[in-house]
Amino acid sequence: MNKAAAPLPPEGGPMTAPRPGESQLDSSEMILNMGPQHPSTHGVLRVVLKLDGERVVDAECVIGYLHRGVEKIGEHRTYMQFNPYVDRMDYVSAVSNGLGYCEAVEKLQGVVAPARAQVVRVLLAELNRISSHIVWLGTHALDIGAMTPVFYSFREREEILKIFEKYCGARLTTHAFRIGGLQWDLYDDFEADVRRFCRNFPARVDEYETLLTENRIWRQRTVGVGKLDAATCKALGVTGPVLRAAGVAWDLRKTQPYSGYENFSFEIPVGENGDTFDRYRVRLQEMRQSCRIIAQAVDALPGGPILAKIPKVFKPPVGEVYHSIEAPKGELGFYIVSDGGLQPYRLRVRPPSFVNLQALRGMVRGALVADVVAIIGSIDIVLGEVDR
Amino acid sequence: MAETTPNPRPVPAVPPMADTPWDDPLTAALREQFGSHILACRHYREQKLLNVDRRSVGDVQRFLFRHGFDYLVDVTAVHWPKRALPFDLVWILYAYADNQRLRLLAGFPEGEEVPSATPFWPGANWLEREVFDMFGIRFAGHPDLRRILLPEDWTGHPLRKEYSILQQDQAWVQLHLGIERGQ
Repeated sequence: MNKAAAPLPPEGGPMTAPRPGESQLDSSEMILNMGPQHPSTHGVLRVVLKLDGERVVDAECVIGYLHRGVEKIGEHRTYMQFNPYVDRMDYVSAVSNGLGYCEAVEKLQGVVAPARAQVVRVLLAELNRISSHIVWLGTHALDIGAMTPVFYSFREREEILKIFEKYCGARLTTHAFRIGGLQWDLYDDFEADVRRFCRNFPARVDEYETLLTENRIWRQRTVGVGKLDAATCKALGVTGPVLRAAGVAWDLRKTQPYSGYENFSFEIPVGENGDTFDRYRVRLQEMRQSCRIIAQAVDALPGGPILAKIPKVFKPPVGEVYHSIEAPKGELGFYIVSDGGLQPYRLRVRPPSFVNLQALRGMVRGALVADVVAIIGSIDIVLGEVDR
Repeated sequence: MAETTPNPRPVPAVPPMADTPWDDPLTAALREQFGSHILACRHYREQKLLNVDRRSVGDVQRFLFRHGFDYLVDVTAVHWPKRALPFDLVWILYAYADNQRLRLLAGFPEGEEVPSATPFWPGANWLEREVFDMFGIRFAGHPDLRRILLPEDWTGHPLRKEYSILQQDQAWVQLHLGIERGQ
């Protein structure tokens, strides 16, 4: 059998058919379907793999299984009515989604949330970042075969979800923020709960590191796997921890601060090699930095109003705005066009998971099937955001 | 092109955006290079908007790419059915070195192909596929233009304004799901 590699398609082109002269049955390459129902694809993602034995020659992602038409719905709801829909996109980090959307609409209207609302928003968004990274850590480790971290890390996530539930009534799809600020002020034990969390959490992150970082099996499965260098990241538009693991110290909380992030001191963890292991380390460090921000925020809570003056009949002026935040997955942006009416004329969500998933194809070429699982996990996608 | 046939129930015109002019060395260089094809350089809510004539879109993209805009944040479209150029294509660009963001807009008529941004920013691949899927706008030079979110054999492009919120491709639903209608 001819073992020479088939020519790759032009960059971005469709996966090639079997080589000329070879039928599908004679070809040494096999097309294997991974998903959409698969425990390791983190949702309804279908990856069509073209394999030569165990090695991946090419891969194609087929998405859209969770497409709900959120952008079309946005054109038929008022700005306030659309707020809960935003939680359901990246359902693991609903608070961040809400922050991005509320800030985008506030920018369109030309109002700024009051200081107390901004600090609470930062606090809850960082709690959400930790919670999202915990889900990522648990499921990523589970895919690779390490079954212990998920139980330990979900214990901390339980504490965070209890805080969310006490604050806004929901654990996952929180609808925590309103256009102009917050609806409710903090409950009585909030500061005590958050302080207790901040006291305990750094030691817990050390526990997760003990389980994985120096673990020989973990390192063999992740070091050197799925390398993505900085130039490719920038060319593809990849953002978030994947970009930072490739060595680019770029974080919207620092380059384009929003909601008062410029008042908090924290570092941006950066990797070197852009492989799966670096992405793991970057996210672990981000959890520590988030804990640091939360500790500062709870000490710096100002008094004052929690909701800016928003007209009862909310009609932003004619215009368009693009506002983006550093969501746990990357740059989450909202492009909203207003024609002066009650409902947005166009509401576009720039989803970080969708853009980051484009990088999968380049990362898995030449890798083993087992590596595909590790790489998908390390990008950290949520299909609700990829498909909307 | 003249206006389309007048609507029997006159729709109030959308008032213009309250923007302010944007002048800096970049806009000066753009105007010098492209002249009257640069239709407007504006600020709105401290964001930079650049409206260009559609015939220069590819060249403007190349110019901006060479001037440091190495990150294509998003490609999307807005459908204005009453306008002479009903599709507003929007490219959101960012320059890592300058920490500068810019929105490039160009109006396109129905049926005309838009130059693909994939030669400069490979990340435009999926973003343009989604614009094609949702609006039916084709991109010239795209390596693999087909639907991405909706099934391959779906008919219709949902984000167009004439596609109602309750509409579905009934034929697809009946064939693939075996039910009368999806609603």
